Amino acid sequence: MESNAPSPAISRRRFAAGAATAAVWIMTACGPKRLHEVPRARLKKAIQELERQYSSNHSKQITVSDAPPLPGVEFAYALDLSRCIGCRRCVYACVQENNQSREPQLHWIRVLSMEKEKGVDLSHADPYYNPPEVPEPGHFYVPVACQQCRNAPCTKVCPTGATWTEPDGIVVIDYDWCIGCRYCMAACPYGARHFNWTTPGIPEAEINSQTHYLGNRPRPKGVVEKCTFCIQRVRQGRYPACVEVCPAGARKFGNLLDKDSEIRYIIEHKRVLVLKEDLNTLPRFFYFYAT
Amino acid sequence: MNTIHRFSRFARGSFSLMMQGPRSYWLWLMFLVALIISGALAYAAQVSIGLGVTAMRDQVSWGFYIGNFTFLVGVAAAAVVLVIPAYVYDWKPIREIVIYGELLAISAIIMCLLFVIVDIGRPDRFWHLIPPFGYLNFPRSILAWDVLVLNIYFLINLLVATHILYRAFHGQRYAKRLVVPLVLLSIPMAVGIHTVTAFLYNGLAARPYWNSSILAPQFLASAFCSGPAILLVVLQLLRRFTAFEIQDQAIGKIAELMAYAMFLNLFLHGAEAFKEFYSDTDHLLFTQYWYWGLGEHRTLVPYAWSAVALNLVSFALFVNPKARRNWITLNLGCAATYAGVYIEKGMGLIIPGLTPDALGEIYEYYPTLTELRVAAGIFALGFLVFTLMLKVAVPISLGEFIRHDHADPAAARTPAAHEGSVLA
Repeated sequence: MESNAPSPAISRRRFAAGAATAAVWIMTACGPKRLHEVPRARLKKAIQELERQYSSNHSKQITVSDAPPLPGVEFAYALDLSRCIGCRRCVYACVQENNQSREPQLHWIRVLSMEKEKGVDLSHADPYYNPPEVPEPGHFYVPVACQQCRNAPCTKVCPTGATWTEPDGIVVIDYDWCIGCRYCMAACPYGARHFNWTTPGIPEAEINSQTHYLGNRPRPKGVVEKCTFCIQRVRQGRYPACVEVCPAGARKFGNLLDKDSEIRYIIEHKRVLVLKEDLNTLPRFFYFYAT
Repeated sequence: MNTIHRFSRFARGSFSLMMQGPRSYWLWLMFLVALIISGALAYAAQVSIGLGVTAMRDQVSWGFYIGNFTFLVGVAAAAVVLVIPAYVYDWKPIREIVIYGELLAISAIIMCLLFVIVDIGRPDRFWHLIPPFGYLNFPRSILAWDVLVLNIYFLINLLVATHILYRAFHGQRYAKRLVVPLVLLSIPMAVGIHTVTAFLYNGLAARPYWNSSILAPQFLASAFCSGPAILLVVLQLLRRFTAFEIQDQAIGKIAELMAYAMFLNLFLHGAEAFKEFYSDTDHLLFTQYWYWGLGEHRTLVPYAWSAVALNLVSFALFVNPKARRNWITLNLGCAATYAGVYIEKGMGLIIPGLTPDALGEIYEYYPTLTELRVAAGIFALGFLVFTLMLKVAVPISLGEFIRHDHADPAAARTPAAHEGSVLA
């Protein structure tokens, strides 16, 4: 019989090796995976599972889109510093749209109040300005969110490859793969990345149920998040929430590869600048003075 | 099978050694266990509530944990200070105590890895770093490099130390063919772990305080002070409480090496301070925050000057041969070095690097009680591991001492009872 095999030690060793190989295969084939590299079919399944999970957690139907990048599209943003009045409507529209935590508060957009005398000077910027009325005389405002850099320091440093740039130029995070080491936050020159220090607190009624798997789907505690140009909207041809809400018309958005787009017009005709140009991050977020 | 049997005898022998000791030994262990329990409870609360129980926020996103991590990488790297003269120059007095440097490195790396684990938001996803289940962003991410070199360095030290002790336990000399190449490899690896850890910060253009090429050499210089400082104290304690012989000459030599390292450390700090203050650019803010404070934000200033003062005192003590030979000033120097480097490599590197934040905001970070308790727990665990390993290593190497040097009458002083208890 088999049990009389001459050297049981070898067969035991062989068994152990076989078992280890099988375990590795099972883990790599069936275990959780970076969304960056899962095949389309498995992504669909994973997303259905997310929808089920979110819908039961929040007792309402939550859809998670897997809309892919569109060919021939590279998104870019431009912000007119001469028009921004510092009202922070964009900040709160963004919070609503992208399911950011209300308690504790987490904002993807930070509006900095600066003195006209000093110009764009971060060491004198005030993010907590709170006058009775904006704009304050002698001040101008610089809203800052993720600059969607072409040479992004954050994706380079991520040890697990949980953040990357999509083909349409949006830097995204896989919230199910991020280990929360916050190296990307140390690497970001724009303070654009935010960490969930506790479980995000969002009133059930205020949850935006239209989500994207790389964007505004609910996040767990202990992971990093940031602006995605409203990926759930822009991949369906809509404007980001901040562009829509801006009462001053200071926010412009479009396809960099489309010669007739507004964004191209601005870059070609206005005085355009990027933040911290010397760091060679090559932002897709431009600031300009229209007037 | 024979190997397994022999190894289990070694393990059982080691365990029984750990289980016997005087009252002071048990009190020390109980003290460490109490700190570990306190740390574990604090960490449990941190896991259930989130890292919000720490003082870290988006502005200062790394704090006390990563500071301790950085400091301890230096301690781990410092084992090389002892390895170089011992193996390369075959310098006898230090050679006997190299094993303790390696054990210290093992304990320090365990603490390093724990400090990283308590700092990450999702410790349950740690396996995401480990291929083939996970994905390691190598070679792009310096953190991936750090994970690799730290673990390799850990394994090398563990292998060498275990091998030497295991062989000695069985009355044999260690296998030269195995140990010498590994020890020679551990020299560049020790430099490597600290250099890679420095590059972790160094490579971030977003943080001008770290983005200075002086960082890696300065890391090494300070590490060659702090690691030996701990070891000198441990060696004196061993000499006092066990039959272990450590020559004054060896201790004096280590202290002398520390004086040179501290000089280099102070020089590099001076060079950096000159560049920042003389050129007086926007990037000065971070250095200014550390040494002078910015406006009313002056939390770290007392720490900054304490570190400078402690480093100067330790240099003055170690550079003076008389002070090196005097046990009081020697230990004062060790304490000053340890404290000085702990401040400058812990809080002094991480916090000013992130203050003001990338958008110019000043958030004054100061660790919470949770962070202090978790950190104390990790240090206690490291010291516990170190204590237990010493408990095994000291008698075993004493046994080896007798075996190999029995022709030398000076060595015969070691009590034979020790050997008996080990081999029983």
